[in-house]
Amino acid sequence: MRISNILLMVIFPTTALAEWETNMPRGVTPTSEVAYDLHMLIFYITVVIGILVFSAMLYSIIYHRKSLGHEPAKFHESTKVEIIWTVIPFIILVGMAIPATKALIMMEDTRDSEITVKVTGYQWMWQYEYLEDDVSFFSKIDNESNVARRLGSNVDVKKVKNYLRNVDNAVVLPTNTKVRILLTANDVIHAWWVPELGGKKDAIPGFVNELWVDIKEPGTYRGQCAELCGKDHGFMPIVVHAVSKPEYYKWVGIQKTNKVAKNK
Amino acid sequence: MSTNIDKLHDDHHHTPSGIMRWITTTNHKDIGSMYLWFSLIMFFVGGLMALVIRAELFQPGLQLVVPGFFNQMTTMHALVMIFGAVMPAFVGLANWQLPIMIGAPDMALPRLNNWSFWILPFAFTMMLSTLFFGSGGPAAGWTLYPPLSLQGGDSFPFTILSIHMLGLSSILGAINVIATILNMRAPGMTLMKMPIFVWTWLITAFLLIASMPVLAGAVTMLLTDKFFGTMFFTASGGGDPAMFQHIFWFFGHPEVYILILPAFGIVSTIIPAFSRKRLFGYDSMVYATASIALLSFIVWAHHMFTVGMPLAGEIFFMFTTMLIAIPTGVKVFNWVATMWKGSMTFETPMLFALAFIVLFTIGGFSGLMLAMVPADFQYHDTYFVVAHFHYVLVPGAVFAIMAAVYYWLPKWTGKMYNEGLGKLHFWLTTIFVNLTFFPMHFVGLAGMPRRIPDYAVQFADFNAIASVGAFGFGLSQLLFVYILFNTLKKDVTAEDKVWEGAEGLEWTLPSPPPYHSFEEAPKVD
Ligand SMILES: [Cu+2]
Repeated sequence: MRISNILLMVIFPTTALAEWETNMPRGVTPTSEVAYDLHMLIFYITVVIGILVFSAMLYSIIYHRKSLGHEPAKFHESTKVEIIWTVIPFIILVGMAIPATKALIMMEDTRDSEITVKVTGYQWMWQYEYLEDDVSFFSKIDNESNVARRLGSNVDVKKVKNYLRNVDNAVVLPTNTKVRILLTANDVIHAWWVPELGGKKDAIPGFVNELWVDIKEPGTYRGQCAELCGKDHGFMPIVVHAVSKPEYYKWVGIQKTNKVAKNK
Repeated sequence: MSTNIDKLHDDHHHTPSGIMRWITTTNHKDIGSMYLWFSLIMFFVGGLMALVIRAELFQPGLQLVVPGFFNQMTTMHALVMIFGAVMPAFVGLANWQLPIMIGAPDMALPRLNNWSFWILPFAFTMMLSTLFFGSGGPAAGWTLYPPLSLQGGDSFPFTILSIHMLGLSSILGAINVIATILNMRAPGMTLMKMPIFVWTWLITAFLLIASMPVLAGAVTMLLTDKFFGTMFFTASGGGDPAMFQHIFWFFGHPEVYILILPAFGIVSTIIPAFSRKRLFGYDSMVYATASIALLSFIVWAHHMFTVGMPLAGEIFFMFTTMLIAIPTGVKVFNWVATMWKGSMTFETPMLFALAFIVLFTIGGFSGLMLAMVPADFQYHDTYFVVAHFHYVLVPGAVFAIMAAVYYWLPKWTGKMYNEGLGKLHFWLTTIFVNLTFFPMHFVGLAGMPRRIPDYAVQFADFNAIASVGAFGFGLSQLLFVYILFNTLKKDVTAEDKVWEGAEGLEWTLPSPPPYHSFEEAPKVD
């Protein structure tokens, strides 16, 4: 992009071609939805508190200035107001803690899942293993992005489809199914994160973390490694294809046949 | 006759001239000045690294540096800014201000003071020299998480040794601060009559003594893991990589408050001075500072909610983290109450202090959002976090330091800075700091992880804006340097009490103050 374009964009944001995404996606899983709702709740609370505090400040700045001849008042302490502005924030915090705790308990409950996928982080790719169906494969950045991302590649990355957010082998998951995701790593710590499917968890070598998703809408969801894992940390994308259950089992069947064919 | 002897004594400084004066000095003002100059240099070194980062992130695709070097820049930028710019600036302010605020002639342990400063240039020379090694500097992030940090090349032991030296310097400095404050206050200055800046530094010093050895332990364990096969943090040997994070953040969270409590003290000094009204709720400010310090030891795991803790642990750390909002809120409310019905003027120090309150509060709000574990699973390790901690560190800590420099510079030098240029510096800095860091909230929420050298194209626009802001911010600081030198070459004209509303013992001294600040202890009632 030319600098003139950027200046233009700063002045006239509507002329910008690209998306101006400014908020957390609401996502397509119960966990992403509670995270979003909680995020918005706290955001609005802080906006209200901010407006109150900053207005009081602004009022002082405008009216209690020396240039208007305002004489300073003499008061400098009041136990009563100190107690008030200790107790009221405490009550607000309790009001925030209750929904947060409920949401957290729900998010950490991985029981009763139908499918388990084990995800292993490597420098710099992911391995996916479908534990019930004995399907496994590696997934790394697609070739087009991988060529374009090199220093001095002279490729206009804006023309690359899903630049840095595309892989050779996508994960396929069924919709409306509670899927448990086990996370570990082979070398250093990575973190598996697809924003629209909810939060991330670290993939730690030698340990297994768990996470669950229950995707409500079919579609393609993209994310990437979120824990610094070395030089190509920025280049280990995640792509999840969410399909209906019958389609999912059809896909599993094909994977199995391919595997048998390969082994022959 | 007796006055003659006094005068002789005052003139007898034992000071060599030239460079040896600075190397051998035990004077709190000389050492304070060296700390501040060192901090300014490191601010520009760390700033240049930030500009390398922002230049690369200006557009998607890699244009300037390879990913490995990018990671060295993010790692070094943090180490330099935290240990080289912000902490030494606060120690420099402590050196200059504590003796003249409590009515003492100097710091309690002047030779120790000299040593704690002179460790710094050597530590940073060693740390920065690793950038010129064949295998490059440290690139695993300033948090040094294993196993990634254990993959480091030749820079690894050098980085750890320099962290040890920095820790040593900080601990010595903290001992000196505590010894000075507890033993050298003027008669009549009880603890609850101390200037609030002195209080915040006393508490900060205890945090330093409690937390720095923990960092030393953590990095030593890394060292033995790497070279002596101890496997503290290697699962295959019975260790646990997550344990490093617990130990690191047990240091790291108090460290965060080490970077902000003195800033609270500065703002609590400047707001009353330019409101011409006493600080509202002095006692509650002291208690709030102390409670923030105590809480800082039981919130560490909120830096690592995604590491896979038990549910009960996550809930515990969420609740304790939320509690910090209460004493922090009390501070903000007290500042606003101090301004309320005051008689305000808006000189440069006041402008920086006011911007501090607003922008630090915004950083506090995003901090509260980050405390919510379910939402943090989304925020964690994204640019939302980068925006959060830069809001509390740049328009937080750095603005407070600049406010302090403008506020006390006329006292230190006897020379008045150019008010118009100071205000211009303030407005440029404030506009660009927001242009740099505000868009980072957006890209973070939209899904951009931190510490990546290249990004998907939907993040391009806000990144371009942030980069423009960062270069504007960097260039604006050249104006700050110009203002400093421009002030230093003026004549001494400042009055003893530079600011109409200023309170405290330092304003009873001449500007600049004599070499041994208070030869005779003043009386405080
Ligand atoms: Cu990774």
